[in-house]
Amino acid sequence: MTPAPILSAFRQALGEAWAGGAGALLPVGFFAGAAVLVPLGVGTDPETLRTIGPGILWVSLALSSLVTLERIFQADAEDGSLDLWLQTGAPAASIAAAKTLAHWLTAGLPLALLSPFLLLMFQAQIGGALLENMLYYAFGGLAFYFWGGVSAALAATVRRGGLLISLIALPLYVPTAIFGALAMGDGPSSAAAPLFLAASTLFALAVAPFAMGAALRLAAD
Amino acid sequence: MFSWFANPHRFLMLSSWLAPLFYAAAALLIAWGLWQGLWMVPKDDYQGGDIMRVMFIHVPAAWLAMASYLGMAVMSFVWFIWRHEVADIAAKAIAPLGATWTALCLATGAIWGKPTWGTWWQWDDARMMSVLFMFFLFLGYIALRAAMDTRQKAARAGAILAMVGALNVPLIKFSVDLFTSLHQDASVITTEGPKMAAVYLWPLLISSVGHSLLFAALVMTLMRAEIWTRRAAQSRARLMTGD
Repeated sequence: MTPAPILSAFRQALGEAWAGGAGALLPVGFFAGAAVLVPLGVGTDPETLRTIGPGILWVSLALSSLVTLERIFQADAEDGSLDLWLQTGAPAASIAAAKTLAHWLTAGLPLALLSPFLLLMFQAQIGGALLENMLYYAFGGLAFYFWGGVSAALAATVRRGGLLISLIALPLYVPTAIFGALAMGDGPSSAAAPLFLAASTLFALAVAPFAMGAALRLAAD
Repeated sequence: MFSWFANPHRFLMLSSWLAPLFYAAAALLIAWGLWQGLWMVPKDDYQGGDIMRVMFIHVPAAWLAMASYLGMAVMSFVWFIWRHEVADIAAKAIAPLGATWTALCLATGAIWGKPTWGTWWQWDDARMMSVLFMFFLFLGYIALRAAMDTRQKAARAGAILAMVGALNVPLIKFSVDLFTSLHQDASVITTEGPKMAAVYLWPLLISSVGHSLLFAALVMTLMRAEIWTRRAAQSRARLMTGD
């Protein structure tokens, strides 16, 4: 086994992010757009916005991951890259992990980097908490992308699988969303919540690649 | 042992008398449980008066919601490892029934909750949330299977999803517990378990066994239908090719 197919999958996923014009700005635009819609719906009371701001961004992050994940494995199954990678004998789990990681780097991490500015729009105070939250969004987003990757891989051969991917991924997103929201609150368990968030993300990193690998082998059949 | 059960013919023989037996026993036990629950046992004013009688459906439904997901995951695992077709047929049959009982659990819970706790839905009750996410897991499983174009693909995709879901259930449960322990509402009366009087416990147990038997009988009926459907498709294919 050589690392070549894994590297190729990683590079191809990075390249795809810049294809199609707007490139990596698209997920950022979607993320910001989804978050900005909320004050229009619930009103502009600063106190309310400050309370719900972090939660809104978690929901927007989850939605962004679902929207951008739809095509991540589908294109490979259609154009034959998936078959080529699997023919080289590279483990499907590693290929899936490399692709998902590259996808998170281009479509997930930028959202976390943008989060302080959106939180300021939601009336958050300037301070170290903004950077802490950025870290939580980055780490929680990684779990979103890996569990979302499992459902995207399962639905890789399904036409218009977007809704299906969302329905499958929703329950898998619950722990991350809860731990993330708790980590940003000031309740009694907010000290331990970042550790739980990290643990659940590591769990996703350990388990999801194998599920994705099994699903990709199914898609290649 | 798996291989012994994996034979569809043997399953058809076994279920041809076991399923009717289960239906009959389930009818008797559920009827007895309901009669006891609705008319005989005294009402408990602390649990909302007469509305607490919904417990004799609600608790069996909650038990089956959990047991059926576990059963589906185990069947998926058996199919994924040993490729025994009957295990996949079982997993496929359990999914819609499990979703039904999970929905029944949510609905009866809401009906009980409104007069007792003053709300149809309590976001910080851990068990409501867990059961709701379990319901979504069932829906995702059913939708994924339906979206696949061949039976083999549906079986493989479904098995992967059921196993991933089963791995996540403890994590979901733990996170929801942590979430709800933060702002536990005093109005939520949690468990009636250990303090329950024997007068309630017996009808409840009988009713749970009845529901479980009914569930098992329905699973067997769906599985029989699936096996016959496959056989019919095979015969049709053989007729078409002229063998």
